[in-house]
Amino acid sequence: MNVATASKTEYEAVIGLETHCQLNTNTKIFSSESTSFDPDNPNSNISPICLGYPGVLPVLNEKVLEYAVKACLAINCQVAPYSKFDRKQYFYPDLPKNYQISQYDLPIGEHGWLEIEIAEKPNAEPVRKKIGITRLHMEEDAGKLNHGGSDRLAGSTYSLVDFNRAGVPLLEIVSEPDMRSGKEAAEYAQELRRIMLYLGISDGKMQEGSLRCDVNISVRPVGQKEFGTKVEIKNMNSFSAIQKAIDYEIERQIEAIENDEPIYQETRLWEEGSQRTISMRSKEGSSDYRYFPEPDLPPIEVSTEQLETWKAQLPELPAQKRHRYEEELGLSAYDTRILTDDRSLAEYFEKAIATGAEAKQVTNWLIGDIAAYLKNNNLSINDIALKPEILAELVGLIKEGTISGKIAKDILPELLEKGGSAKELVEKKGLIQISDTKEIEKIIDQVLASHPDELEKFRNGKTKLKGFFVGQVMKQTGGKADPKLTNQLLGKKLQG
Amino acid sequence: MIDREQVKKVAHLARLNITSEEEEQFTTQLNSILDYFEQLSELDTENVPPTTRAIEVSNITRPDELEPFHSKDALLASAPEQEGQYFRVPQIMASDDA
Repeated sequence: MNVATASKTEYEAVIGLETHCQLNTNTKIFSSESTSFDPDNPNSNISPICLGYPGVLPVLNEKVLEYAVKACLAINCQVAPYSKFDRKQYFYPDLPKNYQISQYDLPIGEHGWLEIEIAEKPNAEPVRKKIGITRLHMEEDAGKLNHGGSDRLAGSTYSLVDFNRAGVPLLEIVSEPDMRSGKEAAEYAQELRRIMLYLGISDGKMQEGSLRCDVNISVRPVGQKEFGTKVEIKNMNSFSAIQKAIDYEIERQIEAIENDEPIYQETRLWEEGSQRTISMRSKEGSSDYRYFPEPDLPPIEVSTEQLETWKAQLPELPAQKRHRYEEELGLSAYDTRILTDDRSLAEYFEKAIATGAEAKQVTNWLIGDIAAYLKNNNLSINDIALKPEILAELVGLIKEGTISGKIAKDILPELLEKGGSAKELVEKKGLIQISDTKEIEKIIDQVLASHPDELEKFRNGKTKLKGFFVGQVMKQTGGKADPKLTNQLLGKKLQG
Repeated sequence: MIDREQVKKVAHLARLNITSEEEEQFTTQLNSILDYFEQLSELDTENVPPTTRAIEVSNITRPDELEPFHSKDALLASAPEQEGQYFRVPQIMASDDA
């Protein structure tokens, strides 16, 4: 029987993420065959090295080291002056050597952090939080299994192995248990992805598995220092799945505690179909991987000079851009977040405002009409014919009163598709705004003269009809009459 | 010193099926190997940094250039079983970890 009590225990979740990120190098981490994702041609990118034949010699891909160090710098990790590879031993058919080359006690990076910023509503104050990063290391990916023709292990009588993925370079990034909600964890994962994309070192596709996040989660009563029993959840292939899996798991664990049921230290799988986590296997006694130094790969000592060279090549990162846009350009956290989510959009924005166009106006076009156009046509910002300088020109034309916002919206589709100068298009189409008082007054007089009934109704109190008259003036001028001026002049004339 | 339980565990981790006579035999043999190495403890290593490698060389890398292996089919053909372009493996039982 459940007795409701007034003093309900408050719980908090303790969440850490382990992220695997495939690097977009041409070749594998220790051998020279392609890393391309090609499920239709299994075992087309294999060699004796990635299959672990005896007597072969793996050699580290220099790009993998460069990308790993750049990633370390981007997430504020200390780059190890001396780092090495180790063998992690376990048996599974996707691992041809029976060990994975990874890094154990001397990873390339440690003690980092990144900042997440949550701004859900246009005018809300953003919530910022630093998430600690325990370590970053390099390792090789394993092959891919198809179980007895299906994708499930249970019930299959044999498995098929594709080693195209074996040896694809991975960065494993382990966070501190600093997150407290599904939303924070999803935002952390998105920020990591953004950083990798800004660095240009990974394509970050969760659906295709080039970015994979495993979550460690426990709950405890607020105020308690010790952690609760930790559960690992896997199999989330979108950011919203990460959030939903965590929120589900928090509820499940709290319910178990409240009902005095045990929580097992285990791995659970997120099931997208049923929107719940299911037990995969219990982790009794942690696995014994018997790590030892990889004898085939010499250690890595990144010189200060090399480190400085790589540091100088880093682009401005998403968090830096966010701060700059908010502080120097006065944009809201909400706008900033949309602009900086994609590096090419941010760069487009920067080019547009470089010519002096007002940042907020450029932002409105980018996250409004232009974003809608991109979405509807499944395009990216670099695909459109409208150059950033021309968007700036368009914003300028509105600002100086040459055209109205309405006219700008009307000509936008043509600019997006065909490009060219906004100014020339406006001139060619004769769309320059009519801002001459005398000219507008003349049109107003005509409109009032041809609608005596409406005029009389207006003067008898039906003031709502003002909109009708504005519409008539716009119709007469093809939308070119300056709306503000029209309103003002019409107001006077209607009063008689 | 290593005991019989540890030998059994090591054998399990290496996926080796050993008989109880072998357990006995390997416990003795492994202990004599460990004893032999134990002689190294006579040296004072207090001020010697841990060594992970015997050769003084570091930073060996290769350029990120494609050089595909020329006879992939031979690799596939040398496996015990294939199915199309896949390596075929027997039913996978419970794993320690994946």
